[in-house]
Amino acid sequence: MAGIIGYGAYVPKYRIKSETIAEVWGEEPDRIQKGLGIMEKSVPASDEDSATMAVDSARIALERAGISPAEIGAVYVGSESHPYAVKPTATIVAQAIGATPNLTAADLEFACKAGTAGMQMCMGLVDSKMIQYGLAIGTDTAQGRPGDALEYSAAAGAASYVIGADDESLAIFEDTFSYTTDTPDFWRRSKADFPSHGGRFTGEPAYFKHVQGGFNGLMEKMDEKIENFDYFIFHQPNAKFPYAVAKKLGVPKEKLAQGMLCPTIGNTYSGNVPLALANVLDVAKPGERIFVTSFGSGAGSDAFSIKVTDKIEEARKHGYPLSHFIENKEYIPYAIYAKLRRKYKGM
Amino acid sequence: MRKVAIIGVGMTKFGENWEQGFREMVTEAGVKAIQDANIKGDEISAGYVGTMASGSLVGQEHAGALIADYMGLNPVPITRVEGACASGSLALRQGVMAVASGLHDVVVVGGVEKMTDLDTAAVSQILGGAGDQEWELFMGATFPGLYAFMARRHMYEYGTTEEMLASVAVKNHENGAHNPYAQFQRPITIEQVLNSKMVADPLHILDCSPITDGAAAVVLAPLDEATNFNKKPIEILASEQASGTLALHDRSNLTSIKAAKTASQRAYQKAGITPKDIDVAEVHDCFTIAEVIATEDLGFFKPGEGGKAALEGKTKIDGEVAVNTSGGLKSTGHPVGATGVKQAAEVTWQLRGEAGERQAKDVEYALTHNVGGSGATAVVHLYKRGY
Amino acid sequence: MKESISLTWRRIPERYKMIGSRCTTCGTNYFPPRGVCSKCRRKGKIEPFEFSGNGKVYSFTQIHAAPAGFEKEVPYVMAIVELDEGTRCTGQVVDAKLEDIKIGDEVEGVFRKILSDDPEGPIHYGFKFRLKK
Repeated sequence: MAGIIGYGAYVPKYRIKSETIAEVWGEEPDRIQKGLGIMEKSVPASDEDSATMAVDSARIALERAGISPAEIGAVYVGSESHPYAVKPTATIVAQAIGATPNLTAADLEFACKAGTAGMQMCMGLVDSKMIQYGLAIGTDTAQGRPGDALEYSAAAGAASYVIGADDESLAIFEDTFSYTTDTPDFWRRSKADFPSHGGRFTGEPAYFKHVQGGFNGLMEKMDEKIENFDYFIFHQPNAKFPYAVAKKLGVPKEKLAQGMLCPTIGNTYSGNVPLALANVLDVAKPGERIFVTSFGSGAGSDAFSIKVTDKIEEARKHGYPLSHFIENKEYIPYAIYAKLRRKYKGM
Repeated sequence: MRKVAIIGVGMTKFGENWEQGFREMVTEAGVKAIQDANIKGDEISAGYVGTMASGSLVGQEHAGALIADYMGLNPVPITRVEGACASGSLALRQGVMAVASGLHDVVVVGGVEKMTDLDTAAVSQILGGAGDQEWELFMGATFPGLYAFMARRHMYEYGTTEEMLASVAVKNHENGAHNPYAQFQRPITIEQVLNSKMVADPLHILDCSPITDGAAAVVLAPLDEATNFNKKPIEILASEQASGTLALHDRSNLTSIKAAKTASQRAYQKAGITPKDIDVAEVHDCFTIAEVIATEDLGFFKPGEGGKAALEGKTKIDGEVAVNTSGGLKSTGHPVGATGVKQAAEVTWQLRGEAGERQAKDVEYALTHNVGGSGATAVVHLYKRGY
Repeated sequence: MKESISLTWRRIPERYKMIGSRCTTCGTNYFPPRGVCSKCRRKGKIEPFEFSGNGKVYSFTQIHAAPAGFEKEVPYVMAIVELDEGTRCTGQVVDAKLEDIKIGDEVEGVFRKILSDDPEGPIHYGFKFRLKK
């Protein structure tokens, strides 16, 4: 099966603390932080959007892949905050990295799992030899309704994956499985500014059902066991759900640590699992195995079994690790956050 | 080639002229210059007008035709020339060439800009067209931003301070307080400059020339016939223009405007004089740093010493060289296309001894220095009494 | 500020990938690209040349009074950057405060929105710079 030839991730510099948001809405900061497990989240600068972050992450991925951008045969960008409702982000990215004009491209939307859906599409195109290399990106500048619980987590980030043949890969896809139903747990109508969600309904019938569906489906398909994997990545809308589902599934919580980013950067939506995977790839050793389960509201889960090869160390010598961007941060007050996220009337 | 003289000058008040539009100002200046020249008007055989952005600012192109019509001068040919903030001097130079060549005898030269019919952000964007629109303005660099780059570099290379820059604005306001045409006729202090709002670091709002409406005009004639009209003609000894890079980032040295150096060196050579001979100089102080650099480019002070010289008072009306006796662009105001022509009017008054309370002593030679953009065009004229 | 669609599109190679030109006759690199070499004029043979985006700060400022379209961005830092490949260009410096910058600091190119003030118009993307620290 195909594999990852290059990967790159990016998170903007600004952060807002949960306690800052809590103060504005009269909530107790401790309660919020304990309840969600999110201390702070990333905030895009006024000149950043899903396209700009996608490009910066893709450039890192390309550096690691060591291929000419002209060899990329497909670009898929998954987001819930594409800059245009009509006009693909994928063409902007393809142009900016030099992949044009001999390629196919399209934008994807599946809430938080559009990025992993793009990865599966590239895997298929590569395995069928329709293309030599594909680029799948998950990127979002998520919007939280002022005063809503999701305001604490809706964050910004992007991660890119150059996918190609397994013998060139720094990590190979051993298998993948998806679990999908029509479940209205979280949605946004096209003219609405902010998404709506089903409150507690987003838990059992949505997140837990589909993540377990994806996880168990892949484990069964591969006839595999939890102890054979070194890292587990679960979609993390907050820090509670992944640990809760891990407990239900019998996954030891230490194996989640490297892939847990939401406490420090929040929920990057389509970037969520792709960024977590990048954080794991930044440290994983050759031979180690990673089990990835994404979740997108609406709803569905994509699961992947990934094995790291000995090409990873050479690849990591290029570009920046995700920690470079996570650690290079600056806190902003709520008023600036509201200005940057255009929450003021008349903006 | 014939020698050319200025036989009449005139200008409107510079400022926020709400009651006057483009055509009202230019006709007022033109009429004043013609009266000062003691001509009837029938003698005029050509005209040149400088206006940088009449099309964007007031939607009116074809300024030359408008002026000919509204001055009652049809069918006299009047041509609009444009060189950003040097448009006025470009018009003067065209007039000089027309008379010197013998093609025309009496020529009227005007400069005009109507800037206050739009808001500041819109005007700032239009002025950005004086630089490299695509690679400077589009990236977010305003005009003050470009000169701020120059100021930062001048500070880095020579140790010039914000205080030295502020002293230029203070001096120019001091002079402008004696100029009834100036937009600002009140003195300011160095503290006021340094405490004023930052526009583009390190330039404060009081380091920057304002947005101004205004018009100025001069009448030219061959020197040999000048006294038939005005007993005090001013001879134009040299008229030189040079071009430089459009974008500041393409200039090898940010602390000097090469085009200004080139134009002034050629002018001095043509006139057979040196910088030391200059008694009064009207230079292009669109920003305080621009005046500092100008005094170095024109050879009044060594490179890097212009700031110190200003702080030490060497460019005051009673200093080594009286720079910007009118109050400069800073205090008189900067209606872009009008500035170059107003500079010629000011040196005319200085040479004639008609500059009132801002009169410099023993004025024998005068210079005007007008720059377009961040230095892509520079025009230098030299003058002395023609009587 | 309304920039025409065709002009925006024409400038994509320069704005997205810093594609300038190189005169192979005298070895001078130009950004933005030029059709005529300033030194060789007609004798110069010109071909496209892609800049890396890496360079050093040659001068800088912080803009407080913005031109039309940039009002919501102020204050923002700008620099004249001496590109590694030998020429200079003007651009914004992102994620930095004025106090963070010195002449000589190293920068790298990043992809950002330059102008998107018209909610129904196209978004203008292009290069900006970030301090390498």
